[in-house]
Amino acid sequence: MNHSTTGDVPVFPNRVRPRYTKAARYAVPLLLTAMLSACMTPPAELDLALSRPTLQQKYVVAIQPMAEPIAINALHSWEVKVATPAGAPVLRANIAVDGGMPQHGHGLPTQPRVTRELGDGRYLLEGMKFSMTGWWEIKLKVDTAEAGTDAVTFNKVISLPVPVKS
Amino acid sequence: MLKRIEMIAIYSAALLVAGAFSAGDASGLSLFNSRNLERWLPEEFAAIMSLRLNQLPAAPADPSNAVENSAAAIELGRRLFADARLSSNSMVSCASCHDPAKQFQDDRPVGQGVGTGGRRSMPIVGLGHSPWLFWDGRKDSAWSQAVGPLEDAVEHGGNRMAYAHQIAAHYRSEYVALFGPLPDLGSLPANASPAGTAVEQIAWQSMDATSRDNVSRIYANMGKAIAAFEKTLRHSPSRLDRYLDAVSKGNSTPQTILSPQEINGLRLFVGKGQCISCHNGPLLTDQQFHNTGVPPRDSMKPDRGRAAAVPKVLQDEFNCLGRYSDAKPEQCNELRFIATNDPHMEGAFKTPGLRGVSLRPPYMHAGQIATLEDVVRHYVNAPHAALGHSELSHLHPEKKPTGKEHLERQPIVLSEAEQRDLVSFLGTLH
Repeated sequence: MNHSTTGDVPVFPNRVRPRYTKAARYAVPLLLTAMLSACMTPPAELDLALSRPTLQQKYVVAIQPMAEPIAINALHSWEVKVATPAGAPVLRANIAVDGGMPQHGHGLPTQPRVTRELGDGRYLLEGMKFSMTGWWEIKLKVDTAEAGTDAVTFNKVISLPVPVKS
Repeated sequence: MLKRIEMIAIYSAALLVAGAFSAGDASGLSLFNSRNLERWLPEEFAAIMSLRLNQLPAAPADPSNAVENSAAAIELGRRLFADARLSSNSMVSCASCHDPAKQFQDDRPVGQGVGTGGRRSMPIVGLGHSPWLFWDGRKDSAWSQAVGPLEDAVEHGGNRMAYAHQIAAHYRSEYVALFGPLPDLGSLPANASPAGTAVEQIAWQSMDATSRDNVSRIYANMGKAIAAFEKTLRHSPSRLDRYLDAVSKGNSTPQTILSPQEINGLRLFVGKGQCISCHNGPLLTDQQFHNTGVPPRDSMKPDRGRAAAVPKVLQDEFNCLGRYSDAKPEQCNELRFIATNDPHMEGAFKTPGLRGVSLRPPYMHAGQIATLEDVVRHYVNAPHAALGHSELSHLHPEKKPTGKEHLERQPIVLSEAEQRDLVSFLGTLH
């Protein structure tokens, strides 16, 4: 992951571009990929499941953006679904939201919050925004009078937009 | 066994490259054109294409400004913008620091109005895309931003009461056509403001609540007209846009548009330079606030930036939720969901857009860095912040790796030659 070990990938102007062997032709893009990965991509082992049990298994939480794809830098909403481990909807939960980019050392650009309970253990999470591509964490803390507090962290990778036809 | 894994790895890589070739062929894109430098990998290709100006959507509507699309408001705003009578010494207009001949900025390290400011004048083209205005985002709309400097003691140095008299004297018919009748100002003092000098504040307190409200409304409406004008200011396509257009069309001669050095700089910008992390999208800004350890202009008075601005914008009488806003409260989502307790905002400033950047030294929020060469060097050196914590990191060659490095921002490691290429690329953005 360290840049200092990846070295420079040579870029050759046409006239001095050497003839690559077949293997080397593949190796150069491969190196470039490795170099890019060091900067731009999240760890390979990242669990991207958007439905997960909370840390102490008190709840199972599923989150889903209300519209996809998620545009960079646009406020948008998610639906949060909270259930018991047995699958029964959890009502009247207090849900706190936090998050950020672990690879960049900053938090969420906004302070999203659950603004409404939608019924059947579903909640509206408003004010979400991702200001850049890459790996974002969405951390929820769920609290109910019945089962108490528990926490869960989701990973979401935001990709570059699909180009608009000019 | 190891050999077999290696074989699989090479085979997978070959498939990946073959896929890139066929994807390129299918869409008519020349990802690996052997005759030029444009051997862009799919990730790089997506990244560079995201910078094109033609990918910029229309600026979002500002629900707090009902006249922003009015031709009459745009025209009134254009005149107010250039009117130096709107200052305490009749010598400072918006255009003094936002000079149309200089990308609407002033080439100075800090603004020079009736006095000397503490921060760099920001270029205002494309400001309709910013949810937060100023380096610290202490304003939540272009019109609310516009009324800030008018009453700032070192910028225009004036007061809203005096401005209301100016509107009545010089812009009466234009104002009335847009905003309705002007209240009678005849019995009111010449100078008064809740934000002005002690004398102006006393005069303001002596006015009745209705008069104060009337005058503040005229003041807000001036801001709305100025914002309507400012929102018409748009970027023209740059050399980079022409190059990317040629690349996207598979044109075989994009190298006549950018030099090999500039192309390599672009590759570094979207790759190991990590610039695109914050300088993203067609305006090359994420419109957010980051502490990157830029040294304060005055080390005795470090600037808290965004952290100090959040309470200001929440309390601002001219914000989206205030009485002079035309928005419904539920339309003020940026303000409703503002991050109020983010420790990363200490010493954080807005990511500036980079279009035209090479034409407007000096750099950073208080003109602390004179050249782009030194700006790039700053990001490589990544010094610790004077206030708060820098998001950047630097190499610690003396420390042994702990295995947890991936959890923090990777240092930006660029050779001297690469730094020069990056600077050369920044010259393609106009």
